[in-house]
Amino acid sequence: MIELSIQAIGLAAPGLPNWNEAAPVLRGEQPLLPTPLTPYAPQLLPPNERRRAQPSVRQAFRVAEEAVAGRDASQLATVFSSSDGDLAILHRICSAFAQNSSVVSPTDFHNSVHNAAAGYWGIGTGSRAPSTTLAGHDQSFAAGLLEAALQVSAQQQPVLLVVFDVPAPEPLLQARIMACAASCALLLAPRTDDTQALATLQLQLSADAETILTDPALEAQRHGNPALRGLPLLRAVARREAGRVVLPCSGHRNLAVNLEF
Amino acid sequence: MKPLRLTGLTATSALGRGLDAHWQALQQGRSGLQQKTFDRCTLPCWIGEVEGLVQPLQGDWAPWDCRNNRLATLALDQDGFRETVATAVARHGADRVAVFVGTSTSGTLSTEHAYRDADPDSGRLPDTYLYRTTHNPHAAAEFVRLQLGLENVAIAVCTACSSSAKVFAAASRALDAGLCDAAVVGGVDSLCLTTLNGFNSLQLISPEICRPADAQRKGISIGEAAGFALLERDAPSGSLALLGYGESSDAYHMSAPDPEGRGAQQAMRDALARAGLTAAAVGYVNLHGTATPANDSSEDQAIVSVFGTETPCSSTKGYTGHTLGAAGILEAVIALLAVQHGFLPAAITTREKDPALRGNILLQPLRREIRAALTNSFGFGGNNASLLLGRAP
Repeated sequence: MIELSIQAIGLAAPGLPNWNEAAPVLRGEQPLLPTPLTPYAPQLLPPNERRRAQPSVRQAFRVAEEAVAGRDASQLATVFSSSDGDLAILHRICSAFAQNSSVVSPTDFHNSVHNAAAGYWGIGTGSRAPSTTLAGHDQSFAAGLLEAALQVSAQQQPVLLVVFDVPAPEPLLQARIMACAASCALLLAPRTDDTQALATLQLQLSADAETILTDPALEAQRHGNPALRGLPLLRAVARREAGRVVLPCSGHRNLAVNLEF
Repeated sequence: MKPLRLTGLTATSALGRGLDAHWQALQQGRSGLQQKTFDRCTLPCWIGEVEGLVQPLQGDWAPWDCRNNRLATLALDQDGFRETVATAVARHGADRVAVFVGTSTSGTLSTEHAYRDADPDSGRLPDTYLYRTTHNPHAAAEFVRLQLGLENVAIAVCTACSSSAKVFAAASRALDAGLCDAAVVGGVDSLCLTTLNGFNSLQLISPEICRPADAQRKGISIGEAAGFALLERDAPSGSLALLGYGESSDAYHMSAPDPEGRGAQQAMRDALARAGLTAAAVGYVNLHGTATPANDSSEDQAIVSVFGTETPCSSTKGYTGHTLGAAGILEAVIALLAVQHGFLPAAITTREKDPALRGNILLQPLRREIRAALTNSFGFGGNNASLLLGRAP
């Protein structure tokens, strides 16, 4: 059993543009209107990098910046998790190869690594703290939450979890269907810091089936992007509903999360 | 941390299949790098290619067929590794053995080929192309889990060239928290056009064989590799073990290291602190040592600040090439061979040490009994990991 607390949340998906606006929708007080997200410029990046930032990095920064707003992120360890990283870059590179070119843009190449968003976050915040990036396909949310929780538990320090994915361009989109761009960040901390906590969590691997959402629009969102597989957890936090949710986790086990308030 | 016992260990690279092939090559000073082309890449360069990856995966494994997974299978077949894992399963249960695999490329070559074979009119990718199982980075971990019949988590760590060093840290935390009783850790990275042409675009590919720390070094040679270890709690005194790990970020640049190596220093100091060892207790450092002027200079400063100028160091990239996401596990294996055999490998392709570098770079192998070795792995995005491996106290 791993125990920790959620200190802050960032969320960005169609109709759920940030945590404050998403919470009433998750509580069922407002319907989900899947309004597309407005463009976002990462605030913590230097102007040059901000202008050039690729879509996946913008999607990750959007929620990471929301989750650490008003706090010092310069010592903060991070866990990033994403199924696909940035397939638009892979598309450009592979399209060129298919045309018998061997030219790769140097910027595209260094931005093609799965940990590009984490690297830019380190540059933006100046944090030399450890940073891990995971890939968990559709189970990237729970895989990231588990790794972040293990780090909180091992180090007794806060960890920022950032889960993000953006749809691929065609023709890759046909081979990797994804309905929308979305991301979610949780600022996690040891349970002893829980005076400010939004919720306290206990995690355990489980063979139980994953929790589904009864609202069909939210359930569709949950399937629309790997970052949104965490919606049952976020819904429980928004409703301050103690109890248990089960999230699809990487490999052969799901992740059961007990919430207390 | 308490040392974690390494109950299984294997590696496959351009040096050959299994631990003995690696030990022989290190002893003989034989490089696996060759001047050759790969696929459609005709760059003048040296490549560390693994032989024998031509046979497609068959039957139930056919949907997983890609160069990366073929390489994983080949590596799992060596050194009785599958049997060692089966023994751990018998001891703990399949649901108590987790998988942590590092990869950078995963199956990128599959997508390169799918684009080449796309319908010329519609642009549609071939129906035979399966993204989830043959390209997505998580496939590298899930494939290993399925191959070994394990029923715990399968986590893919993707921090570029530090990926398969970071897996030791992740597995250590999972064991510590009781998430599992044993963990398969490792890495798989395979050749593709993206990395060869991509590093070339950054002007980092050497036209000669890579020469880490050499005054005339001209950059990296790319290789491919896979390797695995099985980690369990309670290392008996004298057994080979993971003694510590350290992780840090550079917070400096996406593809260039901090010139002063501050992030690298932090990772090494973190590993020493976690192991409860002083720098003097470390008998050998296997350097990240890519042979780019920037890496070797930055790492040297970090090494000198942590270990001084006496601790024997070498990069073994001249044997295997830079195996990117597999470099962490491959060089962990080499560091463990150094401890096991009391043999510290030389930087075989290095002719004349760069006089600006102050570390004790081995140009000749050294026979010396040591109890602990450190290995560095640094990746794009400024991602650093150091592992301390050796005999449990």
